Amino acid sequence: MILDVVFLSRLQFALTIMFHYLFPPLTIGMSIVLVYLETMYFFTREQVYETAARFWTQLFAVSFAVGVATGIVMEFQFGTNWAIYSRFVGDVFGSALAAEGIFAFFLESGFLSVLVFGWDKVSAGFHLFATIMVAIGSVFSAVWILIANSWQQTPAGHRIVQMMRDGKPWFVDGKPIMRAEVVDFWAMVFNPSMIDRLVHTLIAAFLMGAFFVMSISAFYLLKKRHEEFARRSFTGALLLATIFSLAQLVSGHSNARMVSREQPAKLAAFEAHYVSGPADLYLFGLPTPDGNKVNFGVKIPGALSFLIHGNRSESVIGLDRIHPQDRPSILICFSSYHLMVGIGMFFIFLTCLALYFRIRGSLFEKRWLLWIFVGSVVLAVAGNQLGWVSAEAGRQPWTVYPSLVKDASGQPVLDKDGFLVAKADEGLRTKDAVSEVVHSGQVVRSILMFGAIYALLGIFWIYVLNHKIEKGPPPFSSPPDSARNPLLATGPTPRKRLSEGDES
Amino acid sequence: MDLHVVWFVLLGVLLAGYAVLDGFDLGVGILHLFGKDEDERRIFLNSIGPIWDGNEVWLVTFGGALFAAFPEAYATILSGFYDAVMLLLFALVFRAVSIEFRGKVVSKSWRKLWDVGFALSSIGATLIFGMGIGNGMRGIPLNERGLFIGSFSDLLSPYSVLCGLLTVAMFAMHGALYLNLKVPLGKIHDRVTEWGWHTWGAFLVLYILTTVYTLIYLPHTIPTFAALPLGIVISLNVCAIANIPRCLFMKRPGQAFISSSLAIVLLVTLFSLALWPNLITASNDPANSLTIYRAASSPGTLKRMFIIALIGMPLVIAYTSVVYWTFRRRVDLKKEGY
Repeated sequence: MILDVVFLSRLQFALTIMFHYLFPPLTIGMSIVLVYLETMYFFTREQVYETAARFWTQLFAVSFAVGVATGIVMEFQFGTNWAIYSRFVGDVFGSALAAEGIFAFFLESGFLSVLVFGWDKVSAGFHLFATIMVAIGSVFSAVWILIANSWQQTPAGHRIVQMMRDGKPWFVDGKPIMRAEVVDFWAMVFNPSMIDRLVHTLIAAFLMGAFFVMSISAFYLLKKRHEEFARRSFTGALLLATIFSLAQLVSGHSNARMVSREQPAKLAAFEAHYVSGPADLYLFGLPTPDGNKVNFGVKIPGALSFLIHGNRSESVIGLDRIHPQDRPSILICFSSYHLMVGIGMFFIFLTCLALYFRIRGSLFEKRWLLWIFVGSVVLAVAGNQLGWVSAEAGRQPWTVYPSLVKDASGQPVLDKDGFLVAKADEGLRTKDAVSEVVHSGQVVRSILMFGAIYALLGIFWIYVLNHKIEKGPPPFSSPPDSARNPLLATGPTPRKRLSEGDES
Repeated sequence: MDLHVVWFVLLGVLLAGYAVLDGFDLGVGILHLFGKDEDERRIFLNSIGPIWDGNEVWLVTFGGALFAAFPEAYATILSGFYDAVMLLLFALVFRAVSIEFRGKVVSKSWRKLWDVGFALSSIGATLIFGMGIGNGMRGIPLNERGLFIGSFSDLLSPYSVLCGLLTVAMFAMHGALYLNLKVPLGKIHDRVTEWGWHTWGAFLVLYILTTVYTLIYLPHTIPTFAALPLGIVISLNVCAIANIPRCLFMKRPGQAFISSSLAIVLLVTLFSLALWPNLITASNDPANSLTIYRAASSPGTLKRMFIIALIGMPLVIAYTSVVYWTFRRRVDLKKEGY
């Protein structure tokens, strides 16, 4: 039956996590913007920075609140829908989640209140400190979640042992009860994929924040409203976006190489690489569900081999080496991965082009380009979401991914049928991870409930955001002094401005 | 030092911290609809505005700590109480939405809608918490693997409903005493003080009823008290509760709030002692109960988590103090807020 508890629980998790994940990248990215603006205000005491910081804080606060509200659901969903998983990994995964609560959430939420409500209650210096603490807290939160999730992808620092009960090995109905226990905490924290994935996720969050700021600023520029404010915000965010778009390319490359080492099945699914051997890189295409053919495909021959091994004819493991029951969905992986990469490439092109015009001083007359920036925030959201879809769909059919058996030279071992050998008893299949006592009716009800409230929440969030954007920042109380601060000047831009608008 | 015991205590601390802190903002929500006009309701919302979000972090961290220290209990409770947990999460999300969106549009019916949403979700969440505690006291049927084998209707016993109502009254009282500290002096302050008396009365009646019910029908929760000199917890609890009307009468709102906080901490302590040494008591067969030893993570993880808690908890207390100190004054509607 298709509407079984496993399918429904996966649907529910996808729904709640994807909705939740609209907000964390935005708030992580925006917290960096706020730190910049407040630092500038603290040192220059120019009203414009305070006005800008107050304006972005409003949008930040409402997004943060929705992020927190939807995040509470995530904390408990492992236990409600994935009880077997929770029992199996609690020793490892629970630690990371608890550490996130203690080290990140308290920091964020405590100082958030000073950031949002403390403008007139605390000094500018303390307010800046609170803003920095919120930014650090939100990055910490990303760190611990990425540790937990990366451990699922590339488990390390643990062993699978039988549970004890009242001092004796525990059996139920003659079967031993097994679970994962941490033996090396730091190996668990710095598991093989953690750094690559954390860097990639954080850069994506910074891009999200920058594109959000650019979208709203471009809108103001097109409508000829709050132009001083918008120019300044746009320039700073553009610099940030250009640097991080390029950095994301490097990080993405490093991630793909890591995936080729740790999760070859995932990489093969990303590129619909069926037959092991020299591998091509698809620019686009539509793979058949079994992955052995790509329709409408345009590819660069040998390019995947080159990117992974630096050699166009080197062999890359294909899906034919993966046991059919261990293959992820090729259609989902291929499409989400290629869309994400496409968005990343487009961002590099777009930001470099805009930066070129900005240096020439003609960017703000190019209305067509500003319109593209207004819409690009949607692509930034999509990029963040698709990245996670490809990472998580590529982990299937496992919820805890078993590592590959490798020989002395580090090469994966094949069994007699030519399939890669995984330490299957160390992994946990998604279908074996759901709660034993939950039935599909309950999950359906909860999906309907969350679907309804999240739809409501999404609509109101956009409504409130729109309301705030329409209202805009208040006019500056002090007139812009273009002699002292060239960033506030109108007209063509001398190069000097860029250096001053760093990272806003 | 037995780390299982340490973690049992630490979870008790997190639960008590959550009940004291989110307790008053849930209480403000329970009382919200009694606010007479727009200004009063805005004062209520602004009194909890900067802190309710941080208060909920105690619940999230309680969840994370339970997951890390006692994964078997985490999995059994959350999957066993599935429908109740989903309703609770729904109420908490809805409540956050109500608080955040209410003030964003100037329209009478819009605000009315979120006022009702805020009050109902606060009452709903509190009721579910209380009923959860009630079921914890009674115990639930578990099989040998530690899985819940009852049904949703098993969770709706008269005792759990009574505990739910007790919690609603307790948080309403706690919220009224908090408002007593925070609302501007004048008419609104007099009314809030009056609520303090009424909610205290309701709490007292339900407290006595619950105590009698527990003594008569739940004898299995008594032995811990008999074995240890724990009369002191009960006496302290009674003193804290009795001190509230005295402080209200003598116009000492700070002391009244501290007394109700203390009463909540002591009630959480009593609940923990009644459970001990179980996290979940199996009502069908004590051999299936999830004790702090059976439900725990490995000793190594308990130790590492303890180190994390030793580093983290002082920081948490520091942040919390800074925030409460920053927002210590009575609410002033002229300043920005909800």
